Formats: sequence, C-alpha cells, structure tokens
Amino acid sequence: MTETVLTNPGQSPARLEGLRGIAADWASDQRAFKNVSWGKAMMWIFLLSDTFIFSCFLLSYMTARMSTTEPWPNTSEVFALNIGDTHIPMILIAIMTFILISSSGTMAMAVNFGYRRDRVRTAALMLVTAGFGATFVGMQAFEWTKLIMEGVRPWGNPWGAPQFGASFFMITGFHGTHVTIGVIFLIAIARKVLRGDFDVERRGFFTSRKGYYEIVEIMGLYWHFVDLVWVFIFALFYLW
Amino acid sequence: MTNAAVHMEGQLHAHAHDAVASGAAHAKGQQHPIKLYLVVWGWLFVLSTCSFLVDYFGLHGYLRWSLILLFMVVKAGLIVAVFMHMAWERLALTYAILAPPVAVLVFVTIMVLESEYTHLLRVLFFAAPS
Repeated sequence: MTETVLTNPGQSPARLEGLRGIAADWASDQRAFKNVSWGKAMMWIFLLSDTFIFSCFLLSYMTARMSTTEPWPNTSEVFALNIGDTHIPMILIAIMTFILISSSGTMAMAVNFGYRRDRVRTAALMLVTAGFGATFVGMQAFEWTKLIMEGVRPWGNPWGAPQFGASFFMITGFHGTHVTIGVIFLIAIARKVLRGDFDVERRGFFTSRKGYYEIVEIMGLYWHFVDLVWVFIFALFYLW
Repeated sequence: MTNAAVHMEGQLHAHAHDAVASGAAHAKGQQHPIKLYLVVWGWLFVLSTCSFLVDYFGLHGYLRWSLILLFMVVKAGLIVAVFMHMAWERLALTYAILAPPVAVLVFVTIMVLESEYTHLLRVLFFAAPS
C-alpha cells in the first residue's frame, strides 16, 4: 500500500464533492476510488458483474414467460403449503425471505462489531448469519424436492408452460449456489476473526498477505448482495 | 509515524493515509450506529410482509405490479444504501457501480419488444387450436 501514499498525507488537499468530485477522482491519474481499498473495490466490481449474470437469467425468464402461448403456472399455488389444516399460499417463500433478511441484519451488525475489534461478537454474529444462510439453503432443498416429486422438470411440468421448470431451477439454483458459497466463506472468516488473525495481522495461508477487519465488511458486501438478488427473485419470479 | 499512531486506534491499514483527509465518515472504517441497522431491518420485514400480503389478498392487474415493483425497489435501495454502505461512499464509486445496471433496463425494453413479436408469431402460426 505504501506506493499509493502521497508524499505527505497530512497535506493532501481536501477532495471535491458532487459531480466535480467524480471528475476529479477519475481524472486524477491515480487510483479512482480514493478512500476505498482495492479489496473492497474489487468486490464491488465483482458484484456488478454478478448483477449482469442474474439480470440475464431474469431477462431470459421474462422473455420465456412473455413469449409462450401456454399459461404460466400459478406460483401462488405452486409454492403453497398445507400447515396443519390451513392452506397458505407462498408461505415457504415468505419464511425464506424473512430468514435471508434476518441474516443480512446480523451480517450488518457483524461488520459494525468487526470495526470495533470485538472479536467474539463479530464471529458470533457471522456464525449466526451462516446459520440463517444454511437454513435458507435447506428450505430451498425442501422446495426443490417437493417440486421434483410433483413432476416439475426443466423441460416440463403438470401445470402449464414447460419453460417454468427451466427458469425455476436455473434462477433459484444459481442463487442457492451463491448462498452456499457465502456460508462457507462466512465460516472461514468467522474462524479467522475468532482466532485473532486480524489483531495480530497474521498472514493468510493462501495469499500470504496480512488480513484486516475490513474483510468482514467485504464479506458483508457479498452477503448483502445475495439478499439483494433474492429481493428481485422474490418479486419477479415468485410474486409476478 | 502518523500512520502507525492512527493504526493503533483501530484504523484500517489501507485507509490510513486517506482518513486524515476524508474526515470522520471513514475515520474507523464504516462505523454507524447499530440502531440504524435495526431500523432498516425492521423496514425490510415490513416491506416483505406487504409484498407477501399483495399475493395473499390476490390483488391483480396494475395495482399488483406497481405495488410489487415499488416494494422491490425500496427494499433493494435500503439494502444497497445502508447495509452495503453505498450512501457513505464517494460518488466516484457509487456512480461506477450503480450506473452500469441502467443498461439492463435497455435490455429489458429490447426483450419486451422481441418477446411480444415472438408471441404474436406463435399465436398466428403455431398455437394449438382451442
């Protein structure tokens, strides 16, 4: 990082705000993201690329649904569950949504405690987040099983347009994969936090670079993005 | 010297040379009151419940679509702005990340036109007589 330090940090000029600030930051002939570390900037850029991937999935779903002449299955009924004697539409998806939102809440607080260097609380909140994430994936596995048992396949289903299965498995499968990867990384980083790696600046086994508490925030960006994607899937695939 | 001293206070290493200039918002990384997160958390619950109720009460037509899209956009905005701290980043980053997805809306427009055309052709030539 030393190569990016200005000659005297105390005298670096105050940065412009607004549109002039954007022009100045980008035209500075130095790094464009002035107060963002490379790790955070790269996570944001990765998330931007992931946004386009999920956008393409949702767009292909929209195209399939708009162009088919067969009726689209009624998602309200497809994802309904019978709890006891009551028949509640969409209840499983609603619970999954609340679980994922809660995991985002605990993650945001983990980032906060991370910057306060509260190791135990940070790690605990990250593990709670991972627990919510694992629950979410488990419920998704239940949902997949239920639909497969009812005869949903990528090439057809009992209720209508055959593209329903392909869209469903592709979109929720890709999202579930993201959640699973997130859970694995949450556990890995929670372990590092708990061990005090970021207090003693222990070097990582793979990159040999020192770790900082900022990694909790970067991990948080990924996790919130997974929640963000679910917001769009929930609205566009399940409720539409 | 300055860097080392600041670092001891819990400063992010990568930010150390910048924080002096950029002021309190980044003095200790992204530090905001826990209460703010809890409030946003609560709002996300409320908004999710609302969009669930739209389905539960079986609203249809433009009312349904506009409500679902409204709740979706507000939820997405809250997550990005507060949970992902975009509200406190410099505009150089905010615009670099939030402007490109606008292109997706252009793509949506193209594919809406395209799928309406496809649908028309299917109705005219391939649809099974019913």
